[in-house]
Amino acid sequence: MNIQALRESAYNGLWKQNPGLAQLLGLCPILAVSTSMVNAVSLGLATILVMAVANLAVSSLRNFIPYEIRIPVFILIIAALVTMVDLVFNAYLHSLYLVLGIFIPLIVTNCIVLARIEAFAAKNDALSSTIDGVVMGIGLVWVLALLGGVRELLGAGTLFSGIEMIFPEASAVSVFGDDYPGFLIAILPPGAFFALGCLIAAFNAINARMAARARRIPPAPATTAKPDAAPAAG
Amino acid sequence: MTSARYSAIRTSLRTAAIMIVFTVLFTAVMAFTYQTTRPAIEASVQEEQMRLINEVLPAESYDNLLLNDVISVTAPEALGSGGSRRVWRARKAGQPASLVLETVASDGYAGRIQIIVAVGANGTVGGIRVTAHKETPGLGDYIDPKKDRNKIKPWVSQFGGVSWSQIEAARWTVRKDGGDFDYRTGATISARAVTRAVGRAVGYAVEHGDTLFAAAAGSSL
Repeated sequence: MNIQALRESAYNGLWKQNPGLAQLLGLCPILAVSTSMVNAVSLGLATILVMAVANLAVSSLRNFIPYEIRIPVFILIIAALVTMVDLVFNAYLHSLYLVLGIFIPLIVTNCIVLARIEAFAAKNDALSSTIDGVVMGIGLVWVLALLGGVRELLGAGTLFSGIEMIFPEASAVSVFGDDYPGFLIAILPPGAFFALGCLIAAFNAINARMAARARRIPPAPATTAKPDAAPAAG
Repeated sequence: MTSARYSAIRTSLRTAAIMIVFTVLFTAVMAFTYQTTRPAIEASVQEEQMRLINEVLPAESYDNLLLNDVISVTAPEALGSGGSRRVWRARKAGQPASLVLETVASDGYAGRIQIIVAVGANGTVGGIRVTAHKETPGLGDYIDPKKDRNKIKPWVSQFGGVSWSQIEAARWTVRKDGGDFDYRTGATISARAVTRAVGRAVGYAVEHGDTLFAAAAGSSL
């Protein structure tokens, strides 16, 4: 694994192939837990952990897994890891466990975990697979954090509510003051779709603008211009 | 892998054997984690219960091991249908001090509302807490003081100190229905469901107090 491959992996996970904005995998937890920033980031961190360890396990064992039964074995590995994360949350972060509830077991069904195993870890070495899992997970977390932050800010006028479940000394920040009436739909399920839709629109607009700029700036004299520039992402 | 060298039976046996090896391996990993985390999980569950009870019942008002002094009660009329409810008995110097009852309101706006109610031996409510509910966020969820915008005097605080002997049974509902309890405009249903459920639980605790205190710890009524 060299620097070039690492940079490409990071760019793919954080932006180009972002699980939340481009691949659109694992929408169930994205939409369901993004009612507040702390919930969203906590589940995101649990997902990073599962993705990194699952990718590591699969890439290390890939030579022992027959191709025909790879899917059941992958699911078995993911389910075992998620059960462990579930137990650890229950034991050491109990109040957070009560809030995230059903969504920790649901990481098993989060398509992004299986997708990265199938598309990457099953074909690559342990180190680059682990890095892929972490980077894809971080890509998911920043989208979750942004979505959770926007929904919480609009819906309840606060940020970081529930932070005391992780750091007992910290407390939530009331951004718009205590008499903010709240914007209920941002917290309700439809708000998740509206907010994610806006984020994806912004993501596509930025990609289109970058592609347009790449076309406008003439390439360096040494290389010849490509006959057709890359189309805008859409 | 599906080589012509192997028969269908041999291939399936071999594949199944590999699958079994993986299953045993990862089940062992899960079992190990379960064994390692079990004491911490049990401690967390007890701590969570104690934290809830402490919110409705001051710790200095009793001196027994409250979490062990528990019975389970099936009383669909008074404490909500669908299974049994736990009742913790708080005693001071061996004398009955308070009962902490779990109860369920099924007539909320969305789903069942789980509540715990502390009732003193003299029929005075120590406090109530909603422990689980699905009421509309930002509208009906003020029944949970953590979500209540009024932090100084949350809605549930009006139950602290009210007594069964001062309020007749029919008045344990919201003012809109001729009761004695406040509600917030626009979200009457949640408040009504909680208030009525609390009233039923307090009435039950007063009426059956002696039986509830006398039952052996761990028994079912």
